[in-house]
Amino acid sequence: MRALAVGGRALLLEFGGGDEAQAFHAELLRRRAAGALPAVREIVPAARTVLLDGVEEPGRLAEDVAGWEVPPLHARVEPAVEVPVRYDGPDLAEVAALWGVAPDEVGRIHAGVEYRVAFCGFAPGFGYLTGLPERYGVPRRATPRTAVPAGSVALAGPYTGVYPRSSPGGWQLIGTTDVTLWDPAREPAALLSPGARVRFVPVVREGA
Amino acid sequence: MTDRAFAVVRAGALTTVQDGGRCGYAHLGVPRSGALDPHAAALVNRLVGNRGDAAVLETTLDGCAVRSRGAVTVAVGGAPCAVTVDGRPAAWGTSVRVPAGAVLEVGAAVRGVRSYVAFAGGVAAEPVLGSRSTDLLSGLGPAPLADGVVLPLGIPPAGAPHYDAVPWPGVPRELVLRVRLGPRHDWFTGEALRVLTTRAYRVSASSNRIGLRTEGPALERAVPGELPSEGMVLGAVQVPPDGRPVVFLADHPTTGGYPVVAVVHERDVAAAAQAVPGTPVRFIPTR
Repeated sequence: MRALAVGGRALLLEFGGGDEAQAFHAELLRRRAAGALPAVREIVPAARTVLLDGVEEPGRLAEDVAGWEVPPLHARVEPAVEVPVRYDGPDLAEVAALWGVAPDEVGRIHAGVEYRVAFCGFAPGFGYLTGLPERYGVPRRATPRTAVPAGSVALAGPYTGVYPRSSPGGWQLIGTTDVTLWDPAREPAALLSPGARVRFVPVVREGA
Repeated sequence: MTDRAFAVVRAGALTTVQDGGRCGYAHLGVPRSGALDPHAAALVNRLVGNRGDAAVLETTLDGCAVRSRGAVTVAVGGAPCAVTVDGRPAAWGTSVRVPAGAVLEVGAAVRGVRSYVAFAGGVAAEPVLGSRSTDLLSGLGPAPLADGVVLPLGIPPAGAPHYDAVPWPGVPRELVLRVRLGPRHDWFTGEALRVLTTRAYRVSASSNRIGLRTEGPALERAVPGELPSEGMVLGAVQVPPDGRPVVFLADHPTTGGYPVVAVVHERDVAAAAQAVPGTPVRFIPTR
């Protein structure tokens, strides 16, 4: 792990890979819940880093965390969030071609994996989900769409995500869900928060 | 309906409701938001007896006009501008009594970009995740003001200290931003770091609440390729592929994939809110 100073009030902890970053993030949350972490305004996990923002003495915290022993990531005890999906996205055929499978295999493969929210960003409630084996990684679309509908289930690089609201986007769209990913009036507002386990459950289209 | 409300007569180019912002949700992708010039917002709040982080209006360049249903004490500060009540000149930078039904007109900024309008009791728009701030990046909080919209006001706090005038730092002719290099300055050439900290940049007209964009020499990368997304802070100087630094302001994305060459000192970020397009920008390295 490397601790990089970000201005005078933040630290960026950088790890060799995503799993290590997620394990360290889980440890940070455990220690914060136990009251064993100095005041931190934001803890922001990302692809292979965790940002600690709004820290009084970042240098001191950097020294402290360097000595931590962090257990490897283990599955959470709470049940996985289930997201029902219709595998009917406009990029299904393209993804199938990239994977070298028949289009109706894409949903079976995608739904056959348990995911974990590695981090959020891009839009409130948009989770970057990891878990899909490396060989199923796909590039972003060469030309992003100007409007991706809310509820679109999508792939890019090693990640799966669900668009919480309509927005421009370059991910490959493989399906659609009716669940509400983001509702500020709900507690919690985000259906998917960092660390959560996620399962996609295929639903059959009416009339199919 | 209560007379503790006002109607928008002229929304202006971009007028939003802002308070202290939405802290603690960056991990869900929710920007902090809040007044871009928090000092100005706190000062106008003090002038009407509010807490410093009560919700105010933040205008952009051409002000706004509102009609209050009931009599209310207001204060206009931030970017200096003409203030009138029912067409009669009123004071900028101190508290002003607006009679019931009168129109408060906040004129175009004479210097600077953003004026702030505080109402005794604060703007009582519906809070979202603990804040009444408009977040333009993710569309949270009240929509930017539109003509005809009615917004409620809160109850003025009793026994609050009252100030007649508060010091206002003014709008600098040059935006001097102290920066600390990192966390990704090693993604740039030594020459790029020298360019950043010695050459003149200018504020670009495409600046907004998300970022202060600059025009000037491009910064050359030493490391090609993509940086995996990582957390971003207020004041981060991010360098997109065109090489022109962007200083992240209140509505900045919470994670991003372009390298951050430096971070602006927390106390210098607010001045960026008042720098008009074309203002010279200098990045001064500090430790």
